[in-house]
Amino acid sequence: MPAFTPPPLPSDDKRWKIVNGTMRKNGFARHALIETLHTVQSSFGYLDDDSIRFVAQSLRVPLSQAYGVVTFYHYFSLKPPGKHTLTICAGTACYIKGADKLIAAAEQKLGIPQGQTTNDGKISLMMARCVGACSRAPVALSDGEVVGEMSGEQMLEQLERWAVE
Amino acid sequence: MTIEELEQIAKSVSQENEKYDFQLNVCMDLACASQGAEKLREALVKAAEACGKNVLIRRTGCMGPCSSGPLVRVDPDDVLYHHANMSHAGAIVESLGGAPVPELQCDLNDHFEKQVRVVLENAGYIDPEKIDDYIARDGYKALLTALTEMTPNGVIHRVTESGLRGRGGGGYPTGLKWGTVAKAGGDVKYVVCNGDEGDPGAFMDRSVMEGDPHRVVEGMALAAYAVGASKGFIYVRAEYPVAVARLTTALREARRRGLLGNNICNTPFNFDVEIRLGAGAFVCGEETALLASIEGKRGTPKPRPPYPAVSGLWGKPTLINNVETYANIAPIIRNGGKWFANMGSERSKGTKVFALTGKITHTGLVEVPMGIKLREIIENIGGGVPNGHTFKAVQTGGPSGGCIPAEMLDLGVSYDALMKVGSIMGSGGMIVMDDTSCMVNVARFFVEFCMTESCGKCIPCRAGTAQMHTLLTRICSGSGTMEELDLLVQLCATIKETSLCGLGMTAPNPVLSTLKYFKNEYIEHIVHKRCPAGVCTMKAPVPNTPVEVLA
Repeated sequence: MPAFTPPPLPSDDKRWKIVNGTMRKNGFARHALIETLHTVQSSFGYLDDDSIRFVAQSLRVPLSQAYGVVTFYHYFSLKPPGKHTLTICAGTACYIKGADKLIAAAEQKLGIPQGQTTNDGKISLMMARCVGACSRAPVALSDGEVVGEMSGEQMLEQLERWAVE
Repeated sequence: MTIEELEQIAKSVSQENEKYDFQLNVCMDLACASQGAEKLREALVKAAEACGKNVLIRRTGCMGPCSSGPLVRVDPDDVLYHHANMSHAGAIVESLGGAPVPELQCDLNDHFEKQVRVVLENAGYIDPEKIDDYIARDGYKALLTALTEMTPNGVIHRVTESGLRGRGGGGYPTGLKWGTVAKAGGDVKYVVCNGDEGDPGAFMDRSVMEGDPHRVVEGMALAAYAVGASKGFIYVRAEYPVAVARLTTALREARRRGLLGNNICNTPFNFDVEIRLGAGAFVCGEETALLASIEGKRGTPKPRPPYPAVSGLWGKPTLINNVETYANIAPIIRNGGKWFANMGSERSKGTKVFALTGKITHTGLVEVPMGIKLREIIENIGGGVPNGHTFKAVQTGGPSGGCIPAEMLDLGVSYDALMKVGSIMGSGGMIVMDDTSCMVNVARFFVEFCMTESCGKCIPCRAGTAQMHTLLTRICSGSGTMEELDLLVQLCATIKETSLCGLGMTAPNPVLSTLKYFKNEYIEHIVHKRCPAGVCTMKAPVPNTPVEVLA
């Protein structure tokens, strides 16, 4: 059997080298699939067909299995995120303190259901299953930064600021 | 690294600390950090430089009462300041050596008095990124003592003697589990730490991993020595980036000090740990699903037996314990099994960390001896329900647990007692609800959670949770009937008995426990089309066409 040679990098984008680095660190072992997909998502913001195919070939994992893993885990996204992301935590403590109302208000304001990005690509509205800041519920992540005791007005103000940017 | 070297490090840290007249410990846990703790710390550093006082400013892990954050503790005066922000930095530094700043002083005697700190003993006292701080508080002493003076069996014996039970929620005796893995044949064995804290509304494990990461590493190393493993994995949620960063630093520091790697403490014992990231799947808290995820696969559970203790990661014997379980190991080895067994109730030993949240005055992390009454946790430690509302129920165990009503508040907290009233200990989430929370709606929330988190492998869970959700949505919108309520009860029994893993088996618990104690609320929704708490809108009737479940 001929020795395995990993496929060439999809382009000369430097980020592929970071992805390749994760796989090399793990000796191109199949169990590094999730680790590598994390690296792709943190470098590119999301996973597209090209990146999944590249990772699957490099790790000698069937494409179906790689796609299965990507769609199984909520953390992986197949769509590019918007310029700004508002993530509302919907853990139990946040729910008890009215996170459902925040989500409804944000959906109404942006005109999109949670999990989507506005048509102009400016704002993504996401929902998280507990970020672990339960003592400050309801919690939202405004571009990754934790905001505790988020009020409806405060959230709508933030969305307005992003929309007119 | 030898015990003498360890003591040398501890000595030099305390000598270093003695050079300072005062120590300001600033809590940098998520809750405090989101209220400007970093800016406060920078302002304190500047203020200390400006006034020329000899002050050590240390960033620490979670101190507990998160709702009072940002928190600063002054040593050696042992004064705790709450709601401090950067504008107070000058006043805080100014007051050192004199009377404390009165408006910032925090009186939480009731909150701390009933707590016993074992797992959280270092939280608020050490910088989680400095291994020497941990060593100065007896860190890694248990590991080196065990390696040089104890046999692996001796370690297992001590853990068994302590009566420690799994802190992930199941409550399986830890010593027994260790013994099974130790007896399993084969050269290659693994030790896994379950840091996939999926229970929404709980953050104990995050705080331990972020505030005292070495404690987890030391617990794992002791476990590895006891069962004969040389490789460990910590599985952490990707939603906890700080925990991942702190653990990465901790592992690097431990390797540098020779506390991980080959021939630890000049003995034949080799051990190293790798971090594996979760990717947002609640089912991965189930041990067989977690192992599948470490192997890079979809996190779907497998039928047991074989148990991971016999055939786990890559088919090898694998020991899986929760973060808090490992965090209890070093103190047990240091102080003895009997010391630990003296705390707690008859069949639940030691302490338990709870994340106290929801409609309660002092939200945050608390550590209490097992057997303490729920009332003491909620009324004394938590300060009761705020804003003049009345207490209705406390939810423990997350989506697998149940709601405990006000008349049962005198229940002592233990694995068996909570199970008896239809809830579970769980990993330690404790969410307080008041008269503005609708119990039917809460049940629906948990069922929706289980529905979206079901991995889809077995039908009772995949299809059953979806049908449960439809029935509950109909009740919440005023379209439910009493026949459907009976159907819901039957469905709960089926799902409970026929699901493959813990997720499905426990998914009906929130419904069953609310039905047991708050049936009147269900009847109000169905018969009178009214939500007593005013949460459900009772509009937009939901058709009773069955939902088709794919995938």
